[in-house]
Amino acid sequence: MLDALQYEFMRNALIAGVLAAVACGIIGTYVVVKKMVSVSGAISHSSFGGIGLGYFVGINPVLGALFFTIASALGMGLVIKRTRLPEDTAIGILWAMGMAIGIIFIGLTPGYAPDLFSYLFGNILAVPFSDLILMLALDAVIVIIVIALYKELLTVSFDEEFGTVTGVPVEALYLLLLCMIALTVVVLIRVVGIILVIALLTIPAALARQFTHDIKKMIPLSIIFGALFSFGGLWLSYELDLASGATIILLSGTVLLVTLGLSRLRSRARIHETPPNSAG
Amino acid sequence: MADKEVVRLEDVWVQYNGVPILEGINLAIEQDDFLGIIGPNGGGKTTLLKIILGLISPSRGKVSVLGKPPEKSRSKIGYVPQHNLFDRDFPISVGDVVLMGRYGKSGLFRRYSSEDRRATQDALQTVGMLDYKERQMGKLSGGELQRIFIARALVAEPKLLLLDEPTASVDPAMQTEFYELLEKLKKRMAIVLVSHDISAVSIYVDKLACLNRQLHYHGSKEITPEILEATYKCPVQMIAHGLVPHRVLKEH
Repeated sequence: MLDALQYEFMRNALIAGVLAAVACGIIGTYVVVKKMVSVSGAISHSSFGGIGLGYFVGINPVLGALFFTIASALGMGLVIKRTRLPEDTAIGILWAMGMAIGIIFIGLTPGYAPDLFSYLFGNILAVPFSDLILMLALDAVIVIIVIALYKELLTVSFDEEFGTVTGVPVEALYLLLLCMIALTVVVLIRVVGIILVIALLTIPAALARQFTHDIKKMIPLSIIFGALFSFGGLWLSYELDLASGATIILLSGTVLLVTLGLSRLRSRARIHETPPNSAG
Repeated sequence: MADKEVVRLEDVWVQYNGVPILEGINLAIEQDDFLGIIGPNGGGKTTLLKIILGLISPSRGKVSVLGKPPEKSRSKIGYVPQHNLFDRDFPISVGDVVLMGRYGKSGLFRRYSSEDRRATQDALQTVGMLDYKERQMGKLSGGELQRIFIARALVAEPKLLLLDEPTASVDPAMQTEFYELLEKLKKRMAIVLVSHDISAVSIYVDKLACLNRQLHYHGSKEITPEILEATYKCPVQMIAHGLVPHRVLKEH
């Protein structure tokens, strides 16, 4: 693996892994604690519409995804907050509509859509330098917003109604959170692809949640886990010649499941150690 | 007299999907009132509180809180929602939850100040939970959670405290302590307590109203036998003009 670092694509892959870990560590934490996994799934899949748009207009598909995903995140937020449609119904509809738009655009684009597969399933080994710059910029935007609005985002995540009562602009912050999920999705597309984004958005944060009860600690911990998973998955895929995105996801998922299993065994062992008369 | 008035509702109607929830509510709450509102589940008690908070706007009628529309006076209202709705897995400490109540005093982009943190200490002290400041919310009992949500409402020094079914998940032993806490607080603010638990409420509150779509206001300062009688009569009245089944009577 170390000798592989002499290749530019390998160095780019490692940088992409870190940049992805930062975005998914921060936003993934909010997605997990506020239970926004399905809306995040819808946002990530709708980004396919942007990829298709990018092909059709002839710009970088990731750039197309950036604008399209933010627009669909805002649209989704407004439908969820302002219409009577149940939230999961709205999510299901917009999820499929985004993908449908992508398919239409790709169909309209003359010729063959190159590396379409890598947008769907990710290819961390093929991240161009220009996309690294875009990822870095999006990370910076996310970090600045979360630092500036930490207490507001905490209130909105914990208790929207109480937030409204104390004067927090709840709806605006919810939409902002959805937009940041959209930015994170765009950062992650190159690494794990549209279909797999949701796993990298949730697994590092869910794992971090096992070790801490404090959001301020959960965020850096998820970033570290995300980076470790990207590196580990990248190394495994290099050694075993497997698809990088899928390897990263399977590695993360396996670690999470093993951790959950271990903590279950540990708590069961604790119950057995405790004499029955001292309980309660 | 008018400047002592905290809440005024004039002929307030609320409908949801064409179904009336509240009908022609008239209510005036003064700054030293401790008002209990009892009524069956589904009788519109929570809706009434949300009207006062401005979270729901009435389909007809006028609401004013401290002489202004409710949205403008929210920073002066402390609200304790029915807390069984919150996510117990949420990773947050007791101190951080109470600190949230200070948002109205600090505002967008600003960090919480040392004054906000001092107010948090005081509020936790008032509810007797200062030792729990670093504790996880998910690890508290029902009664302890209740105190934390009251501290969160108190931390902004409100002029009006609204409590929604505050004793619903508090065990009976803790309830006495809880009402003693309200007894202390009522010197500092108007309190409105909404509950289906008629017996406990009637002992501690100064004024009593019954709500089942319509408000029957007994408006007495003292708990006299007449008031108690009125309170007990109330559920009977509710049956007479309400289709909603309720537990009030079953508890007697």
